Amino acid sequence: MRYKFQAAAFAATAALNFAGPAAATDLEVTHWWTSGGEAAAVAELAKAFDATGNHWVDGAIAGSGGTARPIMISRITGGDPMGATQFNHGRQAEELVQAGLMRDLTDLATKEKWTEIVRPKSLLDSCTIDGKIYCVPVNIHSWQWLWLSNEAFQKAGVPMPKDWNEFVAAAPALEKAGIIPLAVGGQPWQASGAFDVLLAAVGGTDAFLKVYKEKDAKFAGGPEIAKVFKAADDARKMAKNTNVQDWNQATNLVITGKAGGQIMGDWAQGEFQVAGKTAGKDYTCLPGLGLNEVIATGGDAFYFPLLKDADKAKAQEVLAETLLDPKTQVAFNLKKGSLPVRGDVDLNTANDCMKKGLAILAKGAVIPWTDQLLSQDSQKQKEDLFSEFFAKPDMTLEEAQKRFADIIASAD
Amino acid sequence: MSNSERPNQLLRNLNAKVASIPMILTALVVFVGGTAWTVLYSFTNSKLLPRLNFVGLDQYYRLWATPRWLVSIENLLIYGVISLVFSLVIGFILAALLDQKIRFEDTFRTIFLYPFALSFIVTGLVWQWLLNPDFGIQRVVRDLGWTNFSFDPLYNSSIVIYGISIAALWQGTGLIMCLMLAGLRGIDEDIWKAARVDGIPMWKTYVFIIIPMMRPVFITTLVIIAAGIVKVYDLVVAQTSGGPGIASEVPAKYVYDYMFFAQNLGQGFAASTMMLLSVVIVIVPWAYLEFGGKKHG
Repeated sequence: MRYKFQAAAFAATAALNFAGPAAATDLEVTHWWTSGGEAAAVAELAKAFDATGNHWVDGAIAGSGGTARPIMISRITGGDPMGATQFNHGRQAEELVQAGLMRDLTDLATKEKWTEIVRPKSLLDSCTIDGKIYCVPVNIHSWQWLWLSNEAFQKAGVPMPKDWNEFVAAAPALEKAGIIPLAVGGQPWQASGAFDVLLAAVGGTDAFLKVYKEKDAKFAGGPEIAKVFKAADDARKMAKNTNVQDWNQATNLVITGKAGGQIMGDWAQGEFQVAGKTAGKDYTCLPGLGLNEVIATGGDAFYFPLLKDADKAKAQEVLAETLLDPKTQVAFNLKKGSLPVRGDVDLNTANDCMKKGLAILAKGAVIPWTDQLLSQDSQKQKEDLFSEFFAKPDMTLEEAQKRFADIIASAD
Repeated sequence: MSNSERPNQLLRNLNAKVASIPMILTALVVFVGGTAWTVLYSFTNSKLLPRLNFVGLDQYYRLWATPRWLVSIENLLIYGVISLVFSLVIGFILAALLDQKIRFEDTFRTIFLYPFALSFIVTGLVWQWLLNPDFGIQRVVRDLGWTNFSFDPLYNSSIVIYGISIAALWQGTGLIMCLMLAGLRGIDEDIWKAARVDGIPMWKTYVFIIIPMMRPVFITTLVIIAAGIVKVYDLVVAQTSGGPGIASEVPAKYVYDYMFFAQNLGQGFAASTMMLLSVVIVIVPWAYLEFGGKKHG
């Protein structure tokens, strides 16, 4: 009886496998885009992929990259790979590639001339390991933004600041009006990212590269970086009353005018859009904190694990093409608030803030981001340091800077 | 057909032995094998994937120079002492009170044991809301008129570990109470009668007669509590994620974060080996006293 049932079940599955049309392949795609704006953006990708006759099986993992990446990696190393997965391009998937678990996309890239259409070129470089291309960049996300609530500044009766220094000067007035000057959520990467933004803005591009690219520990412990720690101390004081954890809750404080501003990447813009706010009228954005207008070319990319199933492998190629399709690029990036990876797409409908970003990109004022420069190990140590620094008002600047220099000295 | 040879010792109770093979294999391969593998790789510089590239004690030097690890150890000690002392004391007092032949005993027992039915994640989330200054206890008391009232243990670095302990006690004390109650019920009624005849006050009967008689129950309880202390992880993740800053980090979270988030297996393995070592240091002398002594005595 039992055997019969099993045999029947087996036959049924086998029949299903053969009966299914070869074109409609289910491909599971994992990602950590779960906030309102992000979910709207990823729905665009799914729609475009479904239109090719395949089926996008959504594998969203809540809790931002820190929670999602371990799950994705253990699925790939544990022998249960998904069809495609998001990572921040750079060094997060480096070892997976070296272990031969990821699919080499070089042939497809040559056929589709990715090297010509993807800009800036550094994006594709981040996908390249030993001369082979392993990922498809889908957007450019830059951290260098200060988001300000117009309502909060009106309420406090101070003019809108034009850069970080004016913002710091306006902080006492904001506090008097019962507004938290700067919203920094409790997740460790937020404090660490805010510091990196301050480093590029207050310290300048050269200082940023000297610390993170050349890993010059002596310079990181020196007087120029001490200035950055002074600015971080201002930020720490301004942020001391933020009692939220997640970045989108912190953004929500700015949207509702409970906080004056937030240092956060351009993904925050998706939240402003979902809340129905207009750039320039309800909120203001200052790229590079208004001090040093650069954009980091971090972002998201899709990696494709090596699969045995030929149908799925074919669907992976279709997905890779779809992701770089001009129409998909526009639809996705408008919802996401990020910049497209192709220079030849039409973004007339982009809002003020995105246009500012595009202009900076066109000028070529780009820097690599820490995801591309540092290993995850060094990133985590940095996060531990800065989350402690932001939460502990009595931690001295000297102590923090010394520990920072130690991390840079051992960074890889 | 009678067999004159003595039956082979190995073949006695063959069914029972065959039945226990899977468990023996699990214990050897998963527990012992996994532990040995982890300790071995803690001496390597494995990153995302395990690699046998030995670097000596480097991972351990780095571990003990990391502020976050030191904070974790300190928190574990505070949390351990609090949960051990308070769950034993409160659990025993509650059990003793329930043992006074009160009415509605079943109802009270159910109420006290109920939190134990919740997972640490749910417990953590409930207490995260209760202790949130904008929504929880502080807000309620302020709305009642005491506007200067301040109670936000989860947002204050110096007391956050105590805030986490409150939730742990709320969740775990009910179970301890039930174990203690079972122990109290196991005491012969005649002991109480004898004590009463001799005119010994009730508290003295408890401290000098009943508690020493309940030694086995206390040992069981101690093991359950101690195991819960070392592995505490989900409660912290649900309540504070280790924050503010790194003020409520615990060793198990360090292991997880460095193994998977920082993609540094070697460091994570070194930390988990240290956790194992601390358990061994506590358990071995105790086990020796408890079980080793009987053979000689």
